[in-house]
Amino acid sequence: MSEYAFAAPTAAESRTPLLAALRETVREALVITRRETRDSLRDWRILVPILILTLVFPWIMNFTTRVAIDFVEQYSATIIPIRLIPFGLMIVGFFPITFSLVIALETFVGEKERNSLEPLLGTPLSDASLYLGKLVAATALPLLASYLGIGAYLTWLYVTLQYVPDWIVLLQILLLTTMEALVMVTGAVVVSTHTTSVRAANLLASFIIIPMAFLLQIESVLLFWGNYNVLWFIIGALIVVDLIFIRMGIQTFNREEILAREVDEINPKRLGAKFVNEFRVNGKFSLRALYFSDLPRILSTNRLPILLTAAVLCVAFVAGWLYAAQFPMPPSLLQPLRVQQDFASNAAAGNMTFLPQINTPAIFMHNVRTLILSAILGIVSFGVLALLLLMVPVGIVGFLAAELASAGTNPLLFLTAFILPHGIFELPAATLATAFALRAGTSIISGTRRGERGGFINALADWAKVFLFIVLPLLLIAAFVEANITPRIAAFFFGG
Amino acid sequence: MEVLIHAENLTKQFIANGTQPHTAVSNLNLDVPQGEVLAFLGPNGAGKTTTVRMLTSILKPTGGRATIAGHDVVTEARRVRALVGHLTEFPGLYLRMQAREYLDFYGELYGMSRAARHARIDELTQQFGIADAANRRLSEFSKGMRQKVALIRSMLHSPRILFLDEPTSAMDPHSAKQVRDAVAQLRGQGHTVFLCTHNLYEAESLADRLAMIRKGNLIALGTAQELKTKFLGAPRIEIQLAKPLGQPWSAFTQNGLREKIRVEEFSETLLRYRTAEPNVTNPHLLKKLNEAGAEIVTVSETPQSLEQVYLKLVEEL
Repeated sequence: MSEYAFAAPTAAESRTPLLAALRETVREALVITRRETRDSLRDWRILVPILILTLVFPWIMNFTTRVAIDFVEQYSATIIPIRLIPFGLMIVGFFPITFSLVIALETFVGEKERNSLEPLLGTPLSDASLYLGKLVAATALPLLASYLGIGAYLTWLYVTLQYVPDWIVLLQILLLTTMEALVMVTGAVVVSTHTTSVRAANLLASFIIIPMAFLLQIESVLLFWGNYNVLWFIIGALIVVDLIFIRMGIQTFNREEILAREVDEINPKRLGAKFVNEFRVNGKFSLRALYFSDLPRILSTNRLPILLTAAVLCVAFVAGWLYAAQFPMPPSLLQPLRVQQDFASNAAAGNMTFLPQINTPAIFMHNVRTLILSAILGIVSFGVLALLLLMVPVGIVGFLAAELASAGTNPLLFLTAFILPHGIFELPAATLATAFALRAGTSIISGTRRGERGGFINALADWAKVFLFIVLPLLLIAAFVEANITPRIAAFFFGG
Repeated sequence: MEVLIHAENLTKQFIANGTQPHTAVSNLNLDVPQGEVLAFLGPNGAGKTTTVRMLTSILKPTGGRATIAGHDVVTEARRVRALVGHLTEFPGLYLRMQAREYLDFYGELYGMSRAARHARIDELTQQFGIADAANRRLSEFSKGMRQKVALIRSMLHSPRILFLDEPTSAMDPHSAKQVRDAVAQLRGQGHTVFLCTHNLYEAESLADRLAMIRKGNLIALGTAQELKTKFLGAPRIEIQLAKPLGQPWSAFTQNGLREKIRVEEFSETLLRYRTAEPNVTNPHLLKKLNEAGAEIVTVSETPQSLEQVYLKLVEEL
């Protein structure tokens, strides 16, 4: 037995293994953090720019601010400097944290490239300790520089302009800076796990830099606009993104994933082949096998997202109904529903200009476009927007039903006449399309290991199969019914 | 003797997106007792490193199981990693650190106290002749010195089992000898060493047994002599006489030795034969020749190298 297996746990920890494990994780992480920070401090290529951004840049920013203030005050535009200073604070804080991305790529994928990671993986160190230690090391130094930069800028401002910032805005900027640094570092880990070289990681890093640049522009607009409360939502969104990236990082930054990856994994050709292969049953394309074997299996194994989407659908209807109860329309506007006799023919002829054309191809194409867009948004939002987009029309139906009920129309009759005929086909189609978009979106953050079923490509292929072979036929039938049968039923029940 | 490394149908498959699974190691069965040096040989890509990574609890097997000193490599991974020392194929050092500082960092990861770390670093840097350079940055070290630092790193926590992947690669002959001496010393102290190497001389001189792996399958396991006998045939012995014998060679090789000797070539003054039991056959035959008054000039074994075995296995199987 090795003489030095583990640090001895305390008596209390022996009673609580979880506490001992936590203590050990933190101890190991700190050892890693200390080494990495020391390493960064020894690299002049990191240290010099950080020092410049911490000490020189705030001074330049202060100078620029004073010049700008002197200039705009000539024209009595006093509001501009008030808005300019928080913007300056944000910029002074942001520049040093961009180094966190460089350090993170270097510490995660750089180590892999230089083969210095494997000796670490051979120690008793847990995956979590290694991840945590590196995460803190990549974040701490740039963040410290950022805080120092902000401090230096504020000091200059106080000395030259006697400016004291609003502490809420200052807190918001500090939180934004911290969260942005974390997003860059945790995003860099996700990028690192998909590459084996710093060069490839740097190329992929644009997927972090571009959204951050957009975010900075949005924040700038908000700061100049003076709409500081919206910044809280951005801070909240960044925290969510941080948590998602940390989860993805913990799932993918482990011994198995790091060492099993001998080549850069993102290979569009190979991924395309995998996607196409998903349409084969037992190695060949067969529509019969797809309908009788593959699709039933896919539907059965995805009961959870389907049920969840159906439940969300119900919630949206109820929410719409309740919203109508909370905000009733003025009684003068409410009348029992009446449909003109020529409603059906007008609708078919496309004479109702405030609505999309009511004919089979138009309705079909509209629904297809909507569900494809919903899937794309669902994927980039990890499933959230797909659900939200489905909730909107159903919520409106609930709202209308409630308003009509208060005007004396039977809501069940309204739903039976206007929704049910084509809804029988359209609602299951929309539910299935949304459920599989939700699964595709969540598969990105679910941390499925390489090669395991359930990864993004599997989920995307399942969405495509369900969409092509179930949703599209249902939408076609629904569009035909909506264009040709629903108006007649509506006219039958509500014709004047 | 206690078995410290035990592998039972150990298998590792890698699954890459869009491709068929690749079996790196297939149903490996292996037992290495305490104090043994096992040389693990095989061409590049044969599965040596993957085997070591599974046995050191870095990669999880996809089939079978393995234990290190009785601890399962999957369920007791942390304990296994604490028990073994692992010299990786590439030194993988942090070049901005000083050697002492670097080793201290690893000692801390193994949970060693500060005093223990310092004492052990002093001892090992002294043993490998780099004590004077211990406070220099690793970027200033030669390739051989870096390899020594990596070796010290793997031995720092006094592991019972050492996995050494190409320990003498990039070393000059003197440094390589120091490492070989260290491995021999470790064996003498009862350590078990799992040695991955392409250096067949090193394997033969250091290892008690050799294992050969090809395309993920273990194709040979035994002592160097056993492998030579198995794959190159029994040792070939050559007897050279000063002058011809008065009687045929068969008079000596038939009587009592018929089953044990296979004559390959002979002349009046030369006999070349193979025997699986040279310890029994040779004294018997030489005694008979002496009694017959033969003037023996030389008795020698035709060298059969491990390289021949290796090439035969790698190329022919």
